[in-house]
Amino acid sequence: MEKSEIINKGTLVYQKPTLMNDTPMHYCPGCSHGVVHKLIAEIIEEMGMEDKAIGISPVGCGVFIYKYIDIDWQEAAHGRAPALATAIKRLLPDRLVFTYQGDGDCAGIGTNETIHSLNRGENITIIYINNAIYGMTGGQMAPTTLLGQKTATCPYGREAQLNGFPLKLTEMVAQLEGTSYVTRQSVHNVAAIRKAKRALRHAFEVSMQGKGSCFVEIVSTCSSGWKLPPEKANKWMEENMFPYYKIGDLKDE
Amino acid sequence: MGKIKGAVVINTERCKGCNLCVVACPTGTLKLSETEVNHKGYAYCCDIDAEKCIGCASCALVCPDGCITVYKLKE
Repeated sequence: MEKSEIINKGTLVYQKPTLMNDTPMHYCPGCSHGVVHKLIAEIIEEMGMEDKAIGISPVGCGVFIYKYIDIDWQEAAHGRAPALATAIKRLLPDRLVFTYQGDGDCAGIGTNETIHSLNRGENITIIYINNAIYGMTGGQMAPTTLLGQKTATCPYGREAQLNGFPLKLTEMVAQLEGTSYVTRQSVHNVAAIRKAKRALRHAFEVSMQGKGSCFVEIVSTCSSGWKLPPEKANKWMEENMFPYYKIGDLKDE
Repeated sequence: MGKIKGAVVINTERCKGCNLCVVACPTGTLKLSETEVNHKGYAYCCDIDAEKCIGCASCALVCPDGCITVYKLKE
């Protein structure tokens, strides 16, 4: 059977979400950011919140997310996305407000804002992309870099004595009274992508119901920063990141 | 039971040749181009064995750039 016949007669199984525009993404080949962008666009579309969703973009690789998904966006100063999201959600309580932050933004310079916004129980969702490295600036050590992991600023591997331990922000915020749903997911294969989509959708729904803050960590790859091809980066993540950053729901109230 | 046939349409200009779809494909339908590149210089993904496609959409789900559209037909 010809390909054109299948296309004409068959049903459409999957296409790029319509909320995602045709602007070419600046991410490196195989970057997890693209998959998460697609999931966010799909979920907002499925929930029918196109006109009511407001995202806050971070400083880091994810900064240009406002160019790629056609919803309302606000750009925050480095690490200050949760503070901005708090203000927007308080002024416009009927909107779906979420932040999209990397590990440098959310767990580095913005830890204070992140923890206090979640502790206040603001009805926002924080999407936290953890790739254990500062991707945008050229692969320096991040607070989440694993012990022994080599980066540009720790070429012999991270040492606990000198650099401290990798920050488990998700475990920390699960202890807070203000959070309602805290989970850690990944997007390295089809099953994980489907699970991450369910988790993100649940987080958006919980924050819209006004039950409290939601925190979704996505353990991601940075093939350029880790200096590995995309599929090897996925394998490296499974072998090294998952034992330390365990996948699953930490809190669902 | 009817046979399921699938077809993929790849936006080759948007593709960055990350190879994740090739790894995700359960039937070996996809492969990166060995002879041609797109205008950015990436060896893009091609459905070299289009007959094998079952329309499972695994490739499209894992594609970070949303380059793949999948169709399915039950005979």
